[in-house]
Amino acid sequence: MRRINRDEQALIKLTLNGTPVAARAEPRLLFSDFLRHQLGATGTHVGCEHGVCGCCTVMVDGVATRSCLMLAVQAEGREVRTVEALAGPELELNDLQRAFRENHALQCGFCTPGILMSFTDYLARENADVSAEAVRDVLGGHICRCTGYQGIVDAIVETAKGSMTP
Amino acid sequence: MKPRAFDYARPETLAEALDLLGEFGDAARVVAGGQSLTAMLNLRLLEPSLLIDIARLRELDFIRVEKGFLEVGAAVTQDRLLAWPGLGAHVPLLAQALPWVGHFQTRNRGTVCGSLAHADPSSELPLSLAALGGEVVLRSARGSRTLPAGEFQRGLLTTARAPDELIVAARFPVGATRTAFREIARRHGDFAIVAVAAVVVPGGVRLAAGGVADRPGVVVVNDLAPAAVAERLNGFAWELGGSDDIHATARYRRDLVRSLGARVIEEALACAA
Repeated sequence: MRRINRDEQALIKLTLNGTPVAARAEPRLLFSDFLRHQLGATGTHVGCEHGVCGCCTVMVDGVATRSCLMLAVQAEGREVRTVEALAGPELELNDLQRAFRENHALQCGFCTPGILMSFTDYLARENADVSAEAVRDVLGGHICRCTGYQGIVDAIVETAKGSMTP
Repeated sequence: MKPRAFDYARPETLAEALDLLGEFGDAARVVAGGQSLTAMLNLRLLEPSLLIDIARLRELDFIRVEKGFLEVGAAVTQDRLLAWPGLGAHVPLLAQALPWVGHFQTRNRGTVCGSLAHADPSSELPLSLAALGGEVVLRSARGSRTLPAGEFQRGLLTTARAPDELIVAARFPVGATRTAFREIARRHGDFAIVAVAAVVVPGGVRLAAGGVADRPGVVVVNDLAPAAVAERLNGFAWELGGSDDIHATARYRRDLVRSLGARVIEEALACAA
């Protein structure tokens, strides 16, 4: 049994964007704070800290997850992907990121990493419904205060269409 | 917005988890997906001294059909159940209701049994369990018992679970194929202002409504003539006794119970037998 006392700094190992990493955390440390403060992965943003705004969304074992609704200890041994994983080796934007830029799907950019990770999961699913309506449903798990959402919906639908053309 | 300090335990077996619950009782909290619990910890609405993490317990990771029930183990996420190929054929009401549970992102981690344990009056899974006449299986070091939905959920965020008990599975009756679900929320994924589920049963339709009272209300409508349905739904809407809050007035909620109720009854009856 894994047992950690409240004031104990346990060593947490996991895979972050393909690289094994390890850092220390007390049980109460949120995974969002662990990523940012212990691992330096500050691309993941923290907004509401109670699972409403979606800014802190990352992928854990392949599925989009709120990192503020998860403890660092719960991520132990997991495969984690954050927004830092999306761009290529020369920092060239991937299709989804490029579509965001071209469709004015961001302004301040605070919510963007979470939205990108949600749709990195969603668009990779078999038979994902990529109608604007279905995209809006998934986007319902995020709050964007700049764009009014239309540019985001356009970017995602465009990316989905692009990836389906042979 | 950060949790108060607590100890953490991740047992390897169900027996270990039950021993911990027996030892710590009310001072401990069980976490599986944590999609409601972690928010409450962050807001310091809960301050347990021990968190028992059951998310990785293999023994609780099952979806199976047995003796007329679809049994869903406590480690199964809402998304996994929704993606389970047999869901539409065995319990179509769950296939109808699950897309309304939270958001895509929270269903990925939130569990079916966790939602029942949380017992939010507006949440879709307790409502579905009540409408179907399902059951909750509880286990402790003392033994095991099974409670019907109506006896399990006692009120606002309150269940009949004893402090040393763990919800190990939810049991949804298989075979109710004529069902319908509807919900009104400000935004898809928000808490329901009113949600209703209808299940055709021998001699009538069982209707459950959530979001109004402190737990899902259930009524069986036997006389299915439109005027009789309207009268029964009006009585039901008043019996539920909702109150005004920042989301909606009690009057609006009664109105939704009457109008959505009539619609889901009609839709359930329209399903092929």
